[in-house]
Amino acid sequence: MIKYSYIIAFLPLLSYVLIVFFFSKREKTASGIAITAVVSSFVLSLIALFETLADHGPHIFEYEWIVIPGLKLPLSIFFDPLTAVMLMVVTIVSSCVHIYSLGYMHGDPRFSRFYAYLSLFTFSMLGLVLSGSFFVTFIFWELVGLTSYLLIGFWFEKKVASDAGKKAFITTKIGDLGFLAGLLVLYWAAGTLNYSEVYHQIEENQIPAIILTAAGILIFCGAIGKSAQFPLHVWLPDAMEGPTPVSALIHAATMVAAGVYLTARIMSIIVVSHTAAMTIAYIGAITAFMAASIGLVQNDIKRVLAYSTVSQLGYMIMALGVSGYTAGTFHLMTHAFFKALLFLGAGSVIHAAHTNDIQQMGGLAKKMPITSKTFFIASLSIAGIFPLSGFWSKDEIFASIYHEGHYFLLALAVLVAGMTAFYMFRLCFLTFTGEARDYHVYEHAHESPKTMTYPLIFLAFLSIFAGWVGMPWLEHGYSSFVYFEHPHHAAANYVLMIVGTIAALSGIFLAYQMYYKRAIDPVKMGARFKPVYTFIYNKWYFDELYMGTVIKFAYWFMEVLYRFDQGVIDWFVNFVGRFGMFNSRVWQTFDVYVVDGAVNGAGFMTRWFAGGLRKIQTGAVQNYAFVIFLGVVLLMLFKMI
Amino acid sequence: MQIELSLLSPQLFLLLWAILVFVVDFFTAERNKASLAYLSIIGLVLTAIISISSKQGETFGGSFRADTFGLSFNIIFLGSAILTVASAVDYVKAHLKHQGEFYGLILLSTVGMMFLSASGDLLTLYVSLELATISLFVLAAYMKSDLKSTEAGLKYLILGAASSAILLYGISLLYGISGTLVLDAIALKLSQMPTVGPLFILSIVMIIAGLSFKLAAVPFHMWCPDVYEGAPTPVTAYLSVASKAAGLAALIRIFFKSLASTSMQWVPLLMAISAMAMILGNVVAVRQHNIKRLLAYSSIAQIGYILVGFIAVSELAVTSIILYVLAYMFANIGAFMVVIAFYNVSGSDDIMAYAGLSKRSPFLAISMVVFLLSLVGIPPMAGFIGKFYLFSAAIEKGYYWIVVLGVLTSVISLYYYMSIAYQMYFKTGDDDSPVRVSPTMAVALVVALAGTLLIGVYTQPVLSAISGASSAFF
Repeated sequence: MIKYSYIIAFLPLLSYVLIVFFFSKREKTASGIAITAVVSSFVLSLIALFETLADHGPHIFEYEWIVIPGLKLPLSIFFDPLTAVMLMVVTIVSSCVHIYSLGYMHGDPRFSRFYAYLSLFTFSMLGLVLSGSFFVTFIFWELVGLTSYLLIGFWFEKKVASDAGKKAFITTKIGDLGFLAGLLVLYWAAGTLNYSEVYHQIEENQIPAIILTAAGILIFCGAIGKSAQFPLHVWLPDAMEGPTPVSALIHAATMVAAGVYLTARIMSIIVVSHTAAMTIAYIGAITAFMAASIGLVQNDIKRVLAYSTVSQLGYMIMALGVSGYTAGTFHLMTHAFFKALLFLGAGSVIHAAHTNDIQQMGGLAKKMPITSKTFFIASLSIAGIFPLSGFWSKDEIFASIYHEGHYFLLALAVLVAGMTAFYMFRLCFLTFTGEARDYHVYEHAHESPKTMTYPLIFLAFLSIFAGWVGMPWLEHGYSSFVYFEHPHHAAANYVLMIVGTIAALSGIFLAYQMYYKRAIDPVKMGARFKPVYTFIYNKWYFDELYMGTVIKFAYWFMEVLYRFDQGVIDWFVNFVGRFGMFNSRVWQTFDVYVVDGAVNGAGFMTRWFAGGLRKIQTGAVQNYAFVIFLGVVLLMLFKMI
Repeated sequence: MQIELSLLSPQLFLLLWAILVFVVDFFTAERNKASLAYLSIIGLVLTAIISISSKQGETFGGSFRADTFGLSFNIIFLGSAILTVASAVDYVKAHLKHQGEFYGLILLSTVGMMFLSASGDLLTLYVSLELATISLFVLAAYMKSDLKSTEAGLKYLILGAASSAILLYGISLLYGISGTLVLDAIALKLSQMPTVGPLFILSIVMIIAGLSFKLAAVPFHMWCPDVYEGAPTPVTAYLSVASKAAGLAALIRIFFKSLASTSMQWVPLLMAISAMAMILGNVVAVRQHNIKRLLAYSSIAQIGYILVGFIAVSELAVTSIILYVLAYMFANIGAFMVVIAFYNVSGSDDIMAYAGLSKRSPFLAISMVVFLLSLVGIPPMAGFIGKFYLFSAAIEKGYYWIVVLGVLTSVISLYYYMSIAYQMYFKTGDDDSPVRVSPTMAVALVVALAGTLLIGVYTQPVLSAISGASSAFF
């Protein structure tokens, strides 16, 4: 299967083409095709996974694409264990989202188009994962960006939605520019963009360290944009304007994880360049902490989850920055499952409550038993409670940071773990427990249809068990499958496990006291720490900062150009005009007599010439034959002279 | 002398199949004549398969050579014939009598071209060129009751005969100089001669002139607009691609093989013709109101671009010419298919009549745009890759002026090509009834679209398939 792994990516593309060109009017068929395609991709990926378990590879396949002197860009596939894991993550989450959307998007006027976009996205994401060179990765990288834009603005009648789409597109583009620059630097230095060849050259020390650092950081810029890292994280919370299944698929589980994936793919650079590694680690750490702090106080259920996503992505990036290849990618996998579950659960709640505001909810557990139970499981998992998935991956991250001796980052990671537990359970308690705060919302709430709850149950299952493959006691667990260069098998560190668990439990306990028991009044807390509260409630004022600097500068620059246009160019134009007016009077006399004569003469000449040309195409065959013989004579003359 | 007839099997098979079509025609009822088209397509496809699978070599003392170069051109001839026949079914049924012979003649002409691309001496080359062309004289005049069509056929015949005479004169002069007709031997002989005399110049001028008639290159293009307009549109499509490709095959065989050592002499001639074709074709096309005439002038311009490839006698040149002709085949026949499909419904070839086509048939309109963009040379269509390779060969040789001219005239071509798109998309016509496309035509269009896009996006497999073609020369 690995040899034909491109089929995995092409099935959803086929589905996209079929839906767009043939079944856009038939909703049932369209969704059926899309679901069949993605589930088939899942099955094929599963087969490929088993083959990879037997032979880690990397398996490399090349297909010639562009070969011109001085530039060789093949289409290539690089299939290693990380690829296999990513394929599983993408196809599983995508399948769940496809099925879930049957219920969620039911009755939407652009139902088939939604499925077409989902297919296109799945194709792009799978292509990104399979690609064996930075260049092809970049192409698919842009494609996922495009589909993300299309899906965020899916309900483009809403201005916020179309604005959010634009914001996402433009913000990530800034990162992509860095990515592209990084690729140019790398190509210039290495003469190739194939993963295997680049890795080989780095291993052989053929590329100077300074260039590697530059290329590494520039390529990482792409990850900063796509994975919504500080300082380009501002687009992701706004992207929540898209349909919730899209948020689950693209803006939680897969596309935003592409940045993490890309960072994992430049691990060879990270281990060589300390500067690049630390840049990455600290950007991840800052992001993790900042986003978690913002998540503490938000009231929109999807925004809390969005900041949580940003924070968790920061976690993964931080792990990769300290060379925790296994830890970072492992957390990517477990996070994909429980975060997709959280988003789909949130979608289920929104579907029932018709509001995003958790302050208006409350007591929904009684109305939505499956949604609430699966949501709690996911929350426990993300909080890192033993023995759920999140516990194992978080522990792996702690262990790898500890192993590299970055104690400050470790403290920050533990703190963020506590904050994560707090905001997740704040969300749970406010949404599902206690008294109904808005009776109207509560009255209308109902459990979602089976097409929506079954994916929830399936993902809940994965949120509990998927992490078990990474238990430190396993002889052949995740760490001996996905590793960089050689498997490192750290012994279980019980101290770290206990520290992490304490952090998580205290976060949950605090949330329990504040939002379940109401022993501590959140409002009073907010009032007591007013400056801090306001600061984080306003998302650290990033949007305002950008509005005040970057965008203001852009407007100012526009203004300057406008002024220049008005003041200098227009003045010049006007001057020329006045000068012309003056001149024209002088020349008028001359004009009437001399120029008009010439113009008329030219017109006459043209007409005469055109007439001549037309006369050549007479239609008379003897003339044509004459021209042929004339041509021979002329060519002969041309040659002899 | 050992004669290996098996090397001729594709040509002979198609010849027999053409006879089969004529015979079956006798026993087919008038209303079932369309089945002959499908019979012809089957024969052409089988011939293509035989061509690809049959072995290579030379026989008849080097007069006939089956090599990758010939194979590449055979695929182009067969491809044009298949697309032409597929697009002709409805047109022929509605407008022409003697349907069976129509298809049979196309097959016969294709046989001639296939012999031409495989010819190893000047005589075989000349005779097969005549075989290819004489069928076309008949086809051009096929609408016997239509004045324009008969006029087209007659003009084509008279001027074709005249240019044949010139070509033959040139060949005989070359024979007189070198004492042989075999292409390899001529090359050997010429390389031993210290200088070239005026007689030699006269002979290459005449060969170029004779073949330029087939290519419809300036100033031997005069017949082209009249014949293209008058001939039945499928014949025009076939003329504009297969006939030109045949001329190119002959030109490459003679000039890259026999006359390679004297390229200093003939490159300037061909460049002059190329420049004139680019300028005249593109400029005059701007003023056309009839879409067939417009495409005639556009095809004159296209031959100008292709001739740029003759600047360098190199492997890249052969490859890039074949690649461009392949791209041109899909795009140009594709464009003519849209013209045919539209004519079948509206009965008009007037560009103004295309107003509002995007509403009447979005499929036809978007197909037309794709084909036209490919002709302009806009990525990701095949035409871009083709032009890119042709022009890069020229730049390598330092002929910047012709590349500049090519790019400038391409800009002009964008204007008149897009004026068709403008009619289709931004104008509304009086008639807004949907334009129906028959299934056969739709399949043919999809094939042409797929070819245009696939070559543009995924060129490498095509390039490696035709890269062997240059081994016949270097």
